[in-house]
Amino acid sequence: MSSIGTGYDLSVTTFSPDGRVFQIEYAAKAVDNSGTVIGIKCKDGIVMGVEKLIASKMMLPGSNRRIHSVHRHSGMAVAGLAADGRQIVARAKSEATNYQSVYGEPIPVKELAERVASYVHLCTLYWWLRPFGCGIILGGYDRDGPQLYMVEPSGISYRYFGAAIGKGKQAAKTEIEKLKLSEMTCREGVFEVAKIIYKVHDEAKDKAFELEMSWVCDESKQQLRKVPDDLLEESKAAARTALEEMDAD
Amino acid sequence: MDLNMNVNAPHSMGTTIIGVTYNGGVVLGADSRTSTGMYVANRASDKITQLTDNVYVCRSGSAADSQIVSDYVRYFLHQHTIQVGQPATVKVAANLIRLLSYSNKNMLQTGLIVGGWDKYEGGKIYGIPLGGTLIEQPFAIGGSGSSYLYGFLDQAWKEGMTKDEAERLVVKAVSLAIARDGASGGVVRTVIINSEGVTRNFYPGDKLQLWHDELEPQNSLLDILNAPPSPEPMNI
Repeated sequence: MSSIGTGYDLSVTTFSPDGRVFQIEYAAKAVDNSGTVIGIKCKDGIVMGVEKLIASKMMLPGSNRRIHSVHRHSGMAVAGLAADGRQIVARAKSEATNYQSVYGEPIPVKELAERVASYVHLCTLYWWLRPFGCGIILGGYDRDGPQLYMVEPSGISYRYFGAAIGKGKQAAKTEIEKLKLSEMTCREGVFEVAKIIYKVHDEAKDKAFELEMSWVCDESKQQLRKVPDDLLEESKAAARTALEEMDAD
Repeated sequence: MDLNMNVNAPHSMGTTIIGVTYNGGVVLGADSRTSTGMYVANRASDKITQLTDNVYVCRSGSAADSQIVSDYVRYFLHQHTIQVGQPATVKVAANLIRLLSYSNKNMLQTGLIVGGWDKYEGGKIYGIPLGGTLIEQPFAIGGSGSSYLYGFLDQAWKEGMTKDEAERLVVKAVSLAIARDGASGGVVRTVIINSEGVTRNFYPGDKLQLWHDELEPQNSLLDILNAPPSPEPMNI
């Protein structure tokens, strides 16, 4: 599966003979080892969900949030090295408030994604910095409507209808592709995201997990909010039922 | 007449400037007098300056200060447009002007009216008077001549005017101010900005409507003096 770039992988400022920068690819592997994070764009907003693998039973449920609000209208879900993620979120918040001060309006989501991607890319240019070991799913709702972006450790940023990163990303992407997102509301989307996360969670390899979801949609008045507790519980219950039905087959 | 006129005094635009929203866009208007003290340095100046394709600014106060601020903001907006990939909004232009005006309030003496059209908010007018407040208004007036227009516009401005009604209102207002304010004069320039684009119009001073004391006197004793001379006596 993995190709070893012996000799060409010691520094992020070295290309291999076949044109790859191995350090960036290794950074991406750090993301692949983390819990699944998915985001979908429904017709009236964005829903993001995180499979938080619980390291210890002593952790307080509802703490250690993985989805962060960047500005009133946008949020980021981070996968990979948590400390690196904290840095990127801090930078994104700073970019957003700076844009608001200079230009007098909330930062367009496209502009925010470009700035985050640019910052992540920056750290792949110097030998004395290491690349960020995290992937980011950025969802926001501005005057051009709801938008979803994904930023990889290489600094690439694309706009998506649906995106997944982390352990179960392949399985999650397959599930997302089956959904008819353009006809779905965010309420329905919450149930779908919960179902997908429960489905891709590997019972054998990983122990318990906690599902965390946030959305930004018309129902939340175009502001980034945690999915309301009652809706979250309903979706978890529906997801568990769906799993059992599948297992029963 | 004061023969000791200081023609090297700082150029100031006495000015009347006005910006008005209508149903579908904005109309900006201004006079054209630039004075250095009592001397009219330029009787046909253009006080309505372009910032972007869809946003213009009316300048009043110190000519130098308002030009420098406009130049900086035009430069910033140009970069912003490239970065964001679409035309700047009127609000962004107004905010940039405000940041410069407020940060340099001790050194600048210029009142500006930013007006334009963008696809999100439609036609908008923002007033940025001395000191650097930013205020969004359905119509805004500025300059020394504006003192004479507060009452007039309070009565005459209506919501949802057509383009022609709005332009007529602007021309009427500027010409009223020119009639009363010694520091305003010359021609009336207007700029109309809407979804279709920008239109510049020009109204020469002698084509403007006459007001009150400027009208020809009627039934005045002067008529006797101006009456045709009595017929020649007949020569028999």
